[in-house]
Amino acid sequence: MLVVIVGGISIGVVFLLGCVGEILTEKSGHLNLGIPGIMCMGAAGGCYTTSLYINSLPTADSASWLVLVLVAVLGATITGALGGLIYAVLTVSLRANQNVTGLALTTFGAGFAQFVMDTYVDRTRFSAASKIIRYSIIGNADWGWFGKIFLGHGILVYLAIAIAVTSAIVLKRTRVGLNLRAVGENPATADATGINVTAYKYGAILTGSAIAGLGGVFYILDYIGGSWENASTIEGLGWLAIALVIFTLWKPDLSILGSFLFGMLYIASSGITGVSFNVMKLLKLLPYVVTVIVLIVTSILDSKENQPPASLGLNYFREER
Amino acid sequence: MSLQENTAREVAVKFENITKTFGSVVANNNVSFDVYKGEILSLLGENGCGKTTLMNMLSGIYFPDKGNIYVYGQPVVIQSPKDAFAYKIGMVHQHFKLVEVFTALQNIALILEKGQKYDLKKIREGVNQICSKYGFNIDLDKKVYNMSVSEKQTLEIVKVLYRGTDILVLDEPTAVLTPQETKKLFAVIKNMREDGKSIIIITHKLNEVMEISDRVTILRKGEYIGTVLTTETNEKELTEMMVGKKVELKIDRPKTEFDRPILEIRDLLVKADDGSVAINGTSFYIRSGEILGVAGITGCGQKELCEAIAGIRDIEKGLITHDGESLIGLSPKEIIKKGVSMSFIPEDRLGMGLVPSMSITDNMMLKTYADGKGIFVDRKNARERAVALVKKLSIVTPSTETPVRRLSGGNVQKVLVGREIESNPNVIVTAYPVRGLDINSSYAIYDILNEQKKKGTGILFIGEDLDVMLALCDKIMVLCHGRNMGIVHASKTTKEELGLMMTGSLDLSEAKNKEYGKAKDSRLTDEQWLELEQKENSEEKGENDNG
Repeated sequence: MLVVIVGGISIGVVFLLGCVGEILTEKSGHLNLGIPGIMCMGAAGGCYTTSLYINSLPTADSASWLVLVLVAVLGATITGALGGLIYAVLTVSLRANQNVTGLALTTFGAGFAQFVMDTYVDRTRFSAASKIIRYSIIGNADWGWFGKIFLGHGILVYLAIAIAVTSAIVLKRTRVGLNLRAVGENPATADATGINVTAYKYGAILTGSAIAGLGGVFYILDYIGGSWENASTIEGLGWLAIALVIFTLWKPDLSILGSFLFGMLYIASSGITGVSFNVMKLLKLLPYVVTVIVLIVTSILDSKENQPPASLGLNYFREER
Repeated sequence: MSLQENTAREVAVKFENITKTFGSVVANNNVSFDVYKGEILSLLGENGCGKTTLMNMLSGIYFPDKGNIYVYGQPVVIQSPKDAFAYKIGMVHQHFKLVEVFTALQNIALILEKGQKYDLKKIREGVNQICSKYGFNIDLDKKVYNMSVSEKQTLEIVKVLYRGTDILVLDEPTAVLTPQETKKLFAVIKNMREDGKSIIIITHKLNEVMEISDRVTILRKGEYIGTVLTTETNEKELTEMMVGKKVELKIDRPKTEFDRPILEIRDLLVKADDGSVAINGTSFYIRSGEILGVAGITGCGQKELCEAIAGIRDIEKGLITHDGESLIGLSPKEIIKKGVSMSFIPEDRLGMGLVPSMSITDNMMLKTYADGKGIFVDRKNARERAVALVKKLSIVTPSTETPVRRLSGGNVQKVLVGREIESNPNVIVTAYPVRGLDINSSYAIYDILNEQKKKGTGILFIGEDLDVMLALCDKIMVLCHGRNMGIVHASKTTKEELGLMMTGSLDLSEAKNKEYGKAKDSRLTDEQWLELEQKENSEEKGENDNG
């Protein structure tokens, strides 16, 4: 049980970052289906900068914790934001179809990550780097189950939660959040009140993509311990993150709980013993089933509050007649 | 007040040689006129004459191709709504610009400038001050999606006033209001004029122009025609300036031989989307060769009634028969085949009946696509019909292949009504066919309807303008919250009587007997009606048992 909870929190952070990134994007009225690809890109970018730094040192152990974390985070967020920039230019400025653009970006991002990881990233010191990044404040001390669940994680886990909480506060309590929500609900209204719609859209998409990119590098350098097989794993997790957006009703604070729940279901399904292979595969479906149930319930309730932003998926052009 | 006094007044806004084109369409051509401080100016003109476009340039939605705008004598460049607010210009758009899931207060908070503190308490105080100053009544914690149209409009006006507006533009503010709400709005507008604000009202309704405005500016086909003092003009003169030639303000009501009822509706009960009762036990009938008007305040079950007849809304109780046969349970396609045609013009004009991104030709095919042989649709035939329609109704469009959404509102409506009539129906259900149309286009539509009436078609005309209905319809049924308040002969009733019935103060159906709205010369005998009713009831039960 403890393994499931701790592992669930850990993998949940990947979902959380992808989910919060997508929520911020969707709040601006843009459905970014490129998030899985952007997470792949973030992973590749973060790994690339990390490999540059760690391989420039005489030994892996001499790497500074702070520098290593910063290098990984910056590499991932900047690459993620670049992926978001592609999406934003296409959908906001050129008003391309959001779904098509997003799907294309996911395909591109996965390929991009595969290429960069296989060609430019030297992963020989990654398991060492991962250990440093996962350094927790309690170290090797034994604090029992409490320590394992709440204190035993690397800095990135707490950073992710902080990002989610901050996003929730910004959306709910600040003018920036109010304006952003207005842009996603009704861009013509926002425009008429003098809000710079394009700036808000770019801001939300780039910020969201940067956060999602961070989720990608977290998976490689923290969760999986520095190993790399192919981009499709991260892509798959990215789709779960998008499903999670619906599950958490577009609320970043709820997404913390939701992502940890998804994470635990994910771990439970792969870690469970004594069941047949088929049942295990069925268990893996659970998060999606839960998402569908949430969709059904919110549709039946027909509450205006728990719906996607009203203009989600629609591009805005002021002089459209 | 005299003209001399006016010339001495301070000019709040000056338009100078404004020109704006959209592609090959000239929306405004060399328009110049002044708006004074502390006056109410009506902007009058036909559909698509560029009134809204011109005002959108003042409020920063569009940018003029040529020309200058001066605010209080200063030349200004308004490139965005933000710039407009900086010059204290506010516009209330025809389609409200409100965020549905926000409360009234949050919507107002949206307009805060950078640096202003996001302090809802302070905003609430400020808004309350404005409300009491001008006499608004608004619940600040109500979510917009729970608001009525008039509440939303009040919120829009409060919103721009809170931002500090000296020049207020209202785009067709009374289009969706009841007479009482209109009166309230006008009182508030007059309060604002006393406060030294300049108010520009875009409208089609001449009686309102005469009632509220100090001066009237007329545009025709994008050109400035002139400005007149309201006290020195009359409705006839304004109409002439608007359309450029004399139009007969009288609508024909040709005498026709009424036949037996073609469409009979008995004890109809229909629910709205939210589960509330929309049509409550209403009975009426339409004879071949008559126009039955349906009057009522917007949202009193008109939409649900149309949908029930067209077969796209479930009927809870009651019977609908066409030529003696029940329509209940038939698919919309089967109902169309029987010759029942429906054209509903919703508030946004495109919502029901046309596909905005498809061309006129393709929209023509929507109801006939299944008629051709083989698997291919007959585009050639449809295009010919589209060309004929464009010619017949003088629809202004670059070609029949232009997406319908690129046409102006009036032309879109002509396409819709034209298509419905084209299919040679024997019953036409038409809701708001002239909504937002200018006089010429409206008359074109009345003519079409009268032509159909002469052919022996039964017409259900759901309308807004009582004057028009009194002139056009043979009989008028009044709905109030889904109840049939009575059916009166248009030639024997008055506007006041209809108004009383619309607001529920007068109920003719109660005074008469229970059989109200049921034809004496019905196509079915009483026994047959009873049989039909039992059949429907038993079927319903059967369904329930199965379920």
